[in-house]
Amino acid sequence: MLDTTNDNAFVAFDHVQKSYDGEVLVVKDLNLAMPKGEFLTMLGPSGSGKTTCLMMLAGFETATHGEIRLGGKEINNIPPHKRGIGMVFQNYALFPHMTVNENLAFPLEVRGLDKSDREAKVKRALEMVQMGEFGNRRPAQLSGGQQQRIALARALVFEPELVLMDEPLGALDKQLREHMQYEIKHLHESLGITVVYVTHDQSEALTMSDRVAVFDDGRIQQLAPPEDLYERPDNSFVAQFIGENNKLTGKVVALNNQTATVELPNGKKTEALAVNCGDIGSQTLLSIRPERVNIAAEGPNSTDAKVLELIYLGDHIRCRLDVHGNDEFVVKVPNSAGHEHLVAGQTTNVTWAPEDARALDPQ
Amino acid sequence: MSDAPADMSLMSPAQDAGRLTTKDGRPLKAALAAAEAQAKRKAFFLVLPLFLFVLITFVAPIGQLLHRSINNPGFTTHTDISSGTKTPIMVNIRDWFDANPAGTPPDEAAYEALAKDLVVLRELKAPGIVGTRINYERSGSRSLFTKTARKAAKLEPPYTEALLDIDEDWGDPQLWSVMRGASSAYTLNFYLAALDLTRDETGEIVSVNENRQVYVKLFTRTLVLSLLITFVCFVLAYPVAHLLATLPLRYSNLLMIFVLLPFWTSLLVRTTSWMVLLQSQGVVNDALVATGTIADDSRIQMMYNQTGTIIAMTHILLPFMILPLYSVMRPINPSYVRAARSLGATSWTAFRRIYFPQTIPGIGAGALLVFILAVGYYITPALVGGADGQLISNLIAFHMTKSLNWSLAAALAALLLGGVLVLYWLYDRLVGIDNLKLG
Repeated sequence: MLDTTNDNAFVAFDHVQKSYDGEVLVVKDLNLAMPKGEFLTMLGPSGSGKTTCLMMLAGFETATHGEIRLGGKEINNIPPHKRGIGMVFQNYALFPHMTVNENLAFPLEVRGLDKSDREAKVKRALEMVQMGEFGNRRPAQLSGGQQQRIALARALVFEPELVLMDEPLGALDKQLREHMQYEIKHLHESLGITVVYVTHDQSEALTMSDRVAVFDDGRIQQLAPPEDLYERPDNSFVAQFIGENNKLTGKVVALNNQTATVELPNGKKTEALAVNCGDIGSQTLLSIRPERVNIAAEGPNSTDAKVLELIYLGDHIRCRLDVHGNDEFVVKVPNSAGHEHLVAGQTTNVTWAPEDARALDPQ
Repeated sequence: MSDAPADMSLMSPAQDAGRLTTKDGRPLKAALAAAEAQAKRKAFFLVLPLFLFVLITFVAPIGQLLHRSINNPGFTTHTDISSGTKTPIMVNIRDWFDANPAGTPPDEAAYEALAKDLVVLRELKAPGIVGTRINYERSGSRSLFTKTARKAAKLEPPYTEALLDIDEDWGDPQLWSVMRGASSAYTLNFYLAALDLTRDETGEIVSVNENRQVYVKLFTRTLVLSLLITFVCFVLAYPVAHLLATLPLRYSNLLMIFVLLPFWTSLLVRTTSWMVLLQSQGVVNDALVATGTIADDSRIQMMYNQTGTIIAMTHILLPFMILPLYSVMRPINPSYVRAARSLGATSWTAFRRIYFPQTIPGIGAGALLVFILAVGYYITPALVGGADGQLISNLIAFHMTKSLNWSLAAALAALLLGGVLVLYWLYDRLVGIDNLKLG
């Protein structure tokens, strides 16, 4: 992981704080360093401070405290138009009174490029997003997906090194959104630009990013590649925010290296990987991914489970169980040949490896 | 639906012989028309009361006014007030005018015809009315008619000498020119008068005496002042509307109340309070004198001149500019300007190229509204305008109520209406009326 005080980082937030009213900190002590060429996603629920961070980077909000650096230079006092950052807005913000060509030529025009240069670059940018024939249309004559492409082309046409995207796919339907995710990803790879992407859609974050910063309560809860985020969440917020997650609360009764023995409210004991659980005697929350639980099998941490509900989902069967008194315990049973056929109301047993149960902070 | 066989082959079996029909065999088009006719009837009856109201109280009077501007029967028909009977008058002189082209000097036959007509007038007790009609275009004519008509019955030939004996003005070629114009009920002379033009003895259109040219000057002044007021309103309203549009809703609602507050007070009260403020012994001058900004003997004259009209009318018409601007600015997403800034535009460029063009429909609507209201404004210039702050509407009111020359008033009003329509047309050509956004 990168050192947040690294001076070589392309984008760096150094102890940045932001308050709008002087009473509540929206962003609390943000530290972040990004190398050139990275695709970093800020992910978090609404109100977590991710958009504020993006706006501070773009220059539309000023940091109350701390330093923001771009390419090693402090940019706190540089106005937005001198930062040279491309930005894609949530609602695209295509200028409605201009044609697509004029929209794309705008950043080049204000930079004083002559007409032939402008036309060549606009043409190239439109072709890049496969919108070459739409140059003379107005934004209102385009579909949502087409507008999205134009907004992308406009943010890229002046060849910025850093591009910010504020929930750019939020208004598109699911299929188009997934398609655009790949396109943005491919553009990022082929152009070698640095991207900061804001979203509240975790699957979008996992699909596209090199690293994801999970925001909550004005702080980065975890900054890690998508894999780590899902497989190895640092705390219970991340575990619950990313993917599906079974929760068991309990108390740490023994600690042995990485293994914690946790006593559950029903008096039973189970073993888990000690990640963020405190000392003996402290409360903890066990996080177990549904696909890491084996059903009707023998193994460690075996316990009885009553089947409450079965939902058929095609490739797998979603099975809700009562495990250790938690009646929201979900297990995904793959719909493979010869899989266990369960019936609601029956009692079976479940098992999971101790390293798949992560003992985290109790929230 | 086409009857071509090629089309029929594409149709489903449920459609018979190439025409879509309903289940019971009626043609679908007829069924649809019948279904829609009811909705149309309903819509018509919903607007009918307002339609009739507008027709009776608005369209008809305007039509009558336009008719009045080209028609004045004062010299051709006498209407008895009590019985309502209409009697043609001045028939002999009209025959003489018809027989002799314009510019012919009046001969004995003309004077004889005139004398006979004056006798009829005397019997009808109408010389005053006829005299007034001529008086519109040649002052002093009313007394000439009444005086002469009293003695008309006793006149003896030769009538030329007899009439000139009563008053030498009967020989005035201008009088004869005016009478010739008035001898037809339908005339464009009122429009000529409204444009400071008149006909000379030979019927040629010429400008009136320089010291009697008022209307063109007043039209110009109305136009210039209205444009100035519109511009001042725009300059004052644009930042306010922008502030209103960008503030959080709870603050902007409060400020909007302040903008609308003047609407809740009577126009007369607002205008009089400007008089209190602006007069030479008023609040503003007193304050300036008290602070030593100006000397007591050089108080600024802000009332009873154009300054007063401009200040008071700008204040009164300001909301009409703010509201359309606000309604256009409110939905403009701040991300447009942000996008422009992030694309490298300075705040001035972002305003000029991105924000301003999106507010043009509001500017157009506000300017048109304020301008049209200003052009026809009456009460404020009447109260605070003094002599040189009067607008054309004040003169129209003068002719309606004081001089009672309704035809001239109607002609002036029609010219004003025409001017506004021309401006509206120009606006449509330049900006496009579809771009108008009132709220």
